[in-house]
Amino acid sequence: MSKKVINTKINGTNYTAEVEPRMLLIHFIRDVAGLTGSHIGCETSICGACTAIVDGMAVKTCAMLAIQADGAEINTIEGLAENGDLHPIQEGFWECHGLQCGFCTPGMIMAASQLLERNPNPTESEIRHGLEGNLCRCTGYQHIVNAVQYAAQKMQS
Amino acid sequence: MATLAGPSRLIGAPIKRREDPRLIQGLSHYVDDLKLVNTLHCAFLRSDYAHAEIENIDTEAAKRLSGVVTVITGEDIREKVSSVPCAAEIEGLKIPNHPALAVGRVRFVGEPVAAVVATDPYIARDALDLIEIEYRELPVVVDMDKAIEPDSPVIFEEFGDNIAFTMPLDAGDVDKAFAEADHVISHRLVNQRLIPIAMEPRGVLAEYLRGEGTLTVWSSTQIPHHLKTFLSLLVDFPEHRIRVIAPEVGGAFGSKLNVYAEEAVVAYLAIQLGKPVKWIEKRGENFTSTIHGRDQINYVEIAVNNDGTITGLRAKLLANMGAYYQLLTPIIPVLTYLMIPGAYKIPNIKLELIGVLTNKMATDAYRGAGRPEATYIIERMVDLAAQKLGMDPKDIRFKNFPQPDEFPFEIPTGIIYDSGNYQETFNKALGIINYDDLRDQQSARRKRGKYVGIGICTYAEISGFGPSIGVAGGGWESSTVRIERTGKVTVLTGVSPHGQGQETSFAQIMADELGVDIDDIAVIHGDTGRQPQGIGTFGSRATPVGGTAMLIAGRQVKDKMAKLTAHLLEANPDDLVFENGKIFVQGSPAQAVEFATVAAAAHNAVNLPPDIEPGLEATHFFEPEKFTNPFGAHIAIVEVDPDTGEIDIQRYVAVDDIGHIINPLLVTGQVHGGIAQGLGQALYEGAVYDENGQLLTGSLMDYAVPKATQVPSVENDYTVTPSPANPMGVKGVGETGTIASTACIVNAVVDALSPLGVKDIEMPLTPNRVWQVIEDAKKGVSE
Repeated sequence: MSKKVINTKINGTNYTAEVEPRMLLIHFIRDVAGLTGSHIGCETSICGACTAIVDGMAVKTCAMLAIQADGAEINTIEGLAENGDLHPIQEGFWECHGLQCGFCTPGMIMAASQLLERNPNPTESEIRHGLEGNLCRCTGYQHIVNAVQYAAQKMQS
Repeated sequence: MATLAGPSRLIGAPIKRREDPRLIQGLSHYVDDLKLVNTLHCAFLRSDYAHAEIENIDTEAAKRLSGVVTVITGEDIREKVSSVPCAAEIEGLKIPNHPALAVGRVRFVGEPVAAVVATDPYIARDALDLIEIEYRELPVVVDMDKAIEPDSPVIFEEFGDNIAFTMPLDAGDVDKAFAEADHVISHRLVNQRLIPIAMEPRGVLAEYLRGEGTLTVWSSTQIPHHLKTFLSLLVDFPEHRIRVIAPEVGGAFGSKLNVYAEEAVVAYLAIQLGKPVKWIEKRGENFTSTIHGRDQINYVEIAVNNDGTITGLRAKLLANMGAYYQLLTPIIPVLTYLMIPGAYKIPNIKLELIGVLTNKMATDAYRGAGRPEATYIIERMVDLAAQKLGMDPKDIRFKNFPQPDEFPFEIPTGIIYDSGNYQETFNKALGIINYDDLRDQQSARRKRGKYVGIGICTYAEISGFGPSIGVAGGGWESSTVRIERTGKVTVLTGVSPHGQGQETSFAQIMADELGVDIDDIAVIHGDTGRQPQGIGTFGSRATPVGGTAMLIAGRQVKDKMAKLTAHLLEANPDDLVFENGKIFVQGSPAQAVEFATVAAAAHNAVNLPPDIEPGLEATHFFEPEKFTNPFGAHIAIVEVDPDTGEIDIQRYVAVDDIGHIINPLLVTGQVHGGIAQGLGQALYEGAVYDENGQLLTGSLMDYAVPKATQVPSVENDYTVTPSPANPMGVKGVGETGTIASTACIVNAVVDALSPLGVKDIEMPLTPNRVWQVIEDAKKGVSE
């Protein structure tokens, strides 16, 4: 299979690599860029564990080819904390026990970041609908909802 | 880090987790995140047929593909990798050979048939498509009622039939109880098959170092120590040269309480090839080839008198084993059998448990493991009895509870409940939900045409596994507590948490015990190279058994430190207090010696009392004398939309009694997650095989794991009845939610539809099914 050179910027760092056209973006992020914080839970775009922000949109990166991200700016969980300070959503997940095994958490946090960007003061129902594309098997979601509410409050103040 | 200032009692405090900073920043390492140089990638070809003879396998084209290192089949390893283990011991149990790769015959869809190793995971999967297998199809049986018929296709010819085992029980005088009862209620209850769906699929990475002669295996497992032992037997490698590491594990719920074929094959390949080999399960494989849960059909009768007293229970329990056994497959329904009376005094019980082989994936422990099934049986039957008698479901429960002064309370199956006060817990839940007013409100809303239901589940559980007599492979746990030279504390534990948070809760216990800052304690788990012995995390056992092992090891070290400190201070060791990182004679904190100073003295070893060896380390194996028995009361209010069959859960109250609570934040998280899974069974989830043994629900599109919009917010509370089974009085909390919520929700929905004459609905209560039940009821076709 003929390979193609792509360039992406992930968390502010440029990554250039020659990849097979069939390579999934999540594999590029994890195996080429070496950023393993985004996880693979299904490779069928349902569970949301691989969610990252691609050109400003929360994307399930298993549902996109790496070559489609040529020239894209990508933000993953590793880039969320700034200068060692946790993002308010990360803080919320920690304060409110919004995670247990942690496998869905990076994707959940990235999805929540888009949710709060679009709707800084969501209701409980809006939070639940906004995170519908991300599955968690551990928490029953209640503490995740609390975590997003915590972050919303903190980000507004 | 969240620490409380001063001479705190951290036990009981809602400390936020010490695990979280790495997990919320993407800095943790699950198996797939580990990279070793020159790693090869493994992929498995799996059977597309539920039952077939393998007539030929042609791997030549796959082997020729560039990048493929090797392709192996069952024939290649039949003398080299032994049968996948089952640890169950049941009288008369027929145990089939379970080859890691199928030999001659396949018996379920998803059974591994061949393994490919390649330089790249994409190439490994390409190669799977180049393997040609000729199958000759055989008759398939997936339905248990059919599998036990004499003319059924037989899964293992050497057994003659599909009955894996039968287990009878006859306690009391059941025939007399039924003959004299005012009412006998009979019902068939189905506990549908579920798929655990941990968000992290399974994964294995194995590395063999030829020079050192060591095998290191990283696996997404709940039981690294058992895996080490079993791997040594599976691939005939000396156990003392194997190290198993469970790195970050992304959920399990029992599904990783196993030793799987893939773990053996990957270890074998790493030894053969002399390079690291990695396999990461695809979600589709997780559906077909990681254990399933539940799958029982229960024929149940209870004898009840007009005043609500339940005098007898008779049941035939059919439990679907699947085609082969995994580690505990036949044991799981035994827990249903043992716990069938639930929270009630039922003196006369007659049971027949039948394990049935079918052409499906093996069942095994899935959160609750046999106890949600038992709870579902008894809680549905109690509600059916109340409905028959025209009695409030609250009253029939109080009528049949044991009294608090009857504990320890022995039930006819031989289990002795450790401690309990079911009345107090139930009353608390009834009070929170304002039950008495609720029934009036329900009547008023019903008059307005609303289908409102109140569901109750009062459960009793068995957990904290446990005495070794009740746990295959041992029920003890082991821990080592070591004070380092600098006064830092290393806790090594044999339990293997995968989301439960023992790095935090165990540190809380040890901080209180040693009087040191929680940040000075590291809790290490999941590595047989660091913690020599252990069993693992399952059955709500980590804190009651593993926590106790740690506490006792900690006390042994503390005793030694006290002797040494007494020597240094010329004091009596019994008078010493450990607090705030200092050790001093009670009442004389000004003359304290630093904890770290004593630690250094123990290692410098120049001024030790004569009977004290250098070093500060103790290992303890804790074998509990008895199980623990959490209990509780869950109450839900639901409204059913008769036009769509949709169910709206309007309130959910959970009052659980798990004995003393170490960290209420983590405990509530466990209850929430458990309720979501139990509710998933009640409303959404079900593994469906067609008559050919094809798994129709083999993806997250077809199998409904609850989403954020599908789970209610829960109102949690607790009562505290300490367990006498361990010095901390803890019972274990991992499974309570799952055990209670399934029956609670179904009882609520049936109650909502009871004015239509509905007595039962088979799970899952999907809108379509509920709507159909309503339509049938309206036409007078009651279930």
